[in-house]
Amino acid sequence: MKSVFNILPEQASTVASHVDAIYLFLIAISVVFTLLAAGLVIVFGVKFRRRPDGPAPEKPHEDSRLEMAAGAFLLVLLLVLFGWGAKVYFQNTRPPADAMEILVTGKQWMWKLQHPNGRREINTLHIPVGKPVQLTMTSEDVIHSFFIPAFRVKQDVLPGRYTRLWFQATKTGRYRLFCTEYCGTEHSMMGGWVNVMTAADYERWLSGEVAGAAQETPVQAGERLFTQLGCQTCHNAGSGALGPNLAGVFGHTVKLADGSEVIADEEYLRESILNPHAKLVAGFAPVMPVFKGIINEDQLLQLIAYIKSLSGASN
Amino acid sequence: MSETATIAATAEPKNYLTNRHTIQSWLFTVDHKRIAILYLISLTVFFLLGGAAAALFRLDLMTPQADLLQSETYNKLFTMHGIVMIFFFLVPSIPAVMGNFLVPVMIGAKDVAFPRLNLLSWYVFMAGGLIALGAIISGGVDTGWTFYTPYSSMYANSHVILAVAGAFIAGFSSIMTALNFIVTIQKMRAPGLTWFRLPLFIWAMYATSLVVILGTPVVAITLVMIFIERFFQFGLFDPALGGDPVLFQHLFWFYSHPAVYIMILPSMGVISEIVSCFSRRRLYGYTFVAFSSLAIAVIGFFVWGHHMFVSSQSAYAGLIFSFLTFFVAIPTAIKILNWIMTMYKGSISFDTPMLYAYGFLGLFTIGGLTGLFLSTMATDIHLHDTYFVVAHFHYVMVGGGVMGFLGALHFWWPKMTGRMYPEGWAKFAAIVIFIGFNLTFFPQFQLGYHGMPRRYHTYAEEFQILHVMSTAGASVLGAGYLIMAAYLGWSLFKGKRASANPWDARGLEWETTSPPPTENFLSTPTVTQEAYAYDKPSVTHVPPEEKRV
Ligand SMILES: [Cu+2]
Ligand SMILES: [Cu+2]
Repeated sequence: MKSVFNILPEQASTVASHVDAIYLFLIAISVVFTLLAAGLVIVFGVKFRRRPDGPAPEKPHEDSRLEMAAGAFLLVLLLVLFGWGAKVYFQNTRPPADAMEILVTGKQWMWKLQHPNGRREINTLHIPVGKPVQLTMTSEDVIHSFFIPAFRVKQDVLPGRYTRLWFQATKTGRYRLFCTEYCGTEHSMMGGWVNVMTAADYERWLSGEVAGAAQETPVQAGERLFTQLGCQTCHNAGSGALGPNLAGVFGHTVKLADGSEVIADEEYLRESILNPHAKLVAGFAPVMPVFKGIINEDQLLQLIAYIKSLSGASN
Repeated sequence: MSETATIAATAEPKNYLTNRHTIQSWLFTVDHKRIAILYLISLTVFFLLGGAAAALFRLDLMTPQADLLQSETYNKLFTMHGIVMIFFFLVPSIPAVMGNFLVPVMIGAKDVAFPRLNLLSWYVFMAGGLIALGAIISGGVDTGWTFYTPYSSMYANSHVILAVAGAFIAGFSSIMTALNFIVTIQKMRAPGLTWFRLPLFIWAMYATSLVVILGTPVVAITLVMIFIERFFQFGLFDPALGGDPVLFQHLFWFYSHPAVYIMILPSMGVISEIVSCFSRRRLYGYTFVAFSSLAIAVIGFFVWGHHMFVSSQSAYAGLIFSFLTFFVAIPTAIKILNWIMTMYKGSISFDTPMLYAYGFLGLFTIGGLTGLFLSTMATDIHLHDTYFVVAHFHYVMVGGGVMGFLGALHFWWPKMTGRMYPEGWAKFAAIVIFIGFNLTFFPQFQLGYHGMPRRYHTYAEEFQILHVMSTAGASVLGAGYLIMAAYLGWSLFKGKRASANPWDARGLEWETTSPPPTENFLSTPTVTQEAYAYDKPSVTHVPPEEKRV
């Protein structure tokens, strides 16, 4: 771990050096302008200090071209910063298509994580080095925020919604994980470690320890829930089915009973499970039971993972 | 000499402080100057409370573990520090104390437009303040001053409703003061005092009042919404009740970003007065500075989303907010240029108010520049909700807001109290405060980039050294404030009597006695020149026998 007296902390993700480059540029600007302002007021203070018998100063010779020039110069400088910052931001927030998905649920005061093969962990995240990883995150209670300083990434985690965060680690090692949105009494304890491992170590870890105890992947768990909750009685490919067939739904446009259209994303699926009558699909009667209060956030994530798998969505 | 002595013995001239002495004459006063003093006393108490809370948790942060405080207490202390310092010190500070005292005097009026409303505003402020204190005494609030939902509305087990009610009520007092200032400035200027002869402090008060009137109702509604959800379980913000958790942040920052300008524009007005007085010349670019206050006030309403880059707000909305935030930096930067250019070829003296202006320029420049780190989207993602943000806004609000307030206090202290303070001690305290402030908050920038989240009671051990440095700095800062309290208190009783115009400044407030009579001027002054006529001799309306040296 780098000393806190280094200008830059550990860089352990693909985006870190891009963010740091802007940071160093900003520091350079700040040093120049601070020295300029401080230098001028000190020099003026000495040079134009009041002398007992000195002449009264003249009115300032004003020239609005000075303000214009300063304004124009700043505008250009700030546009460069804005553009650069926005470019890196957009690069850093778009996950690559082949990112491996890990499910994250935050609650007061812990992080629950689940890997694609079903392995779960709390407050520690094991990931392989050199592979893009996407977190799909939600909260069971208040707003939290998922922050890995060494990766320079952060994203709020909201109740009732899914937010995403992606990164690709570049170095094996242990890096701090923090919650950065104040969430109550033990907010400062809501953190842990990100353990970046070689691909082989990660595979070993994934299948490790609890060997024997059959592990369900989130998709399998979702499928089991789907059956247990009796979803397939209505949601099937049959012609008289009471509910829409869910194969191929995810990521596609759905026509609603009120004539509008929505894209079936995670948020829409979530809402349609918890409160099915809010956005009823055209051609179906509002007969589906409300699952709000019946299934928890983890199960919801699994159900959604299963529905996504029906569309061949990456998982 | 003997002549002066006889006057003092026979007829001490009556001023607003000495004309009546009863408690009622203070509590039921409608004199804007006495109301300013009432505010000054109450704000000093709040500042001490907020400072004491900070001292406690800063001490606790010396070690990574929880030792001095429990997490619950720690959270309540930083919440109290934020609520008290923002709603009950910084927002009212310069307007309610300096503005109340100076606006009528500076424009040659006898009082504000609505003197009774002015008194009411103090009572409303005190009611809000006492309710908020009630929340603290009865067990505290632990939501942070930002009251983020659904934590504040559904999950916190502390006295949220009381605290929210306190802030809500105090908001009305700001609105009353702002309304008073707008009407007073618009309608009651002395004959000949045209808009472009006004002191820039008046322009700043006008712009601030506009922001207060447009912004405060929004935060008031938002606070009521927390109450409705918390009390009636009516879903507004909590998704479990069908609400939207991010909506609160939009509403809250729609007020709270402009609130930064409520805290900083008045300071900019003060600095304009001080820099021009102690450089003995008209402020460079008067028109620009006057209009940039208004521009900042308006654009300031369209940048709130820069607090929400990681909140799940749309990336394209973020783009626009980032752009506008950069844009608002330009008039601010040019203002700094104007202050510096005023000194160029001036005749600069370093009395205590000027030291605070220097402090302001240094700290506010750093505060502004570090704001760029947070308006740049890529770096903000990393820095959001870390100590970098804490350091940045303390540089802006203390380095800008409090330095301006202290500069104003030292500049107009002779006018308000009729006494001088010991200049040597005052300079010493100003330097101690400047150094202490930097020692406290500079290490926090470094903490932030290294990932230390804000509002953390316990923290990773590698951060300890920087926290220790920060706490050490805070003790220097605290010592500076205490020295100031001591010599200002002393000067009230023992300070040298102040002349009408101890700084040989221009502007109407220096043309009447120190302290001014209740009606400010014995006869309404007629203005023939601008407030910065340093190339002309000073004007006085003080009767010759009352002039003191
Ligand atoms: Cu948290
Ligand atoms: Cu802001």
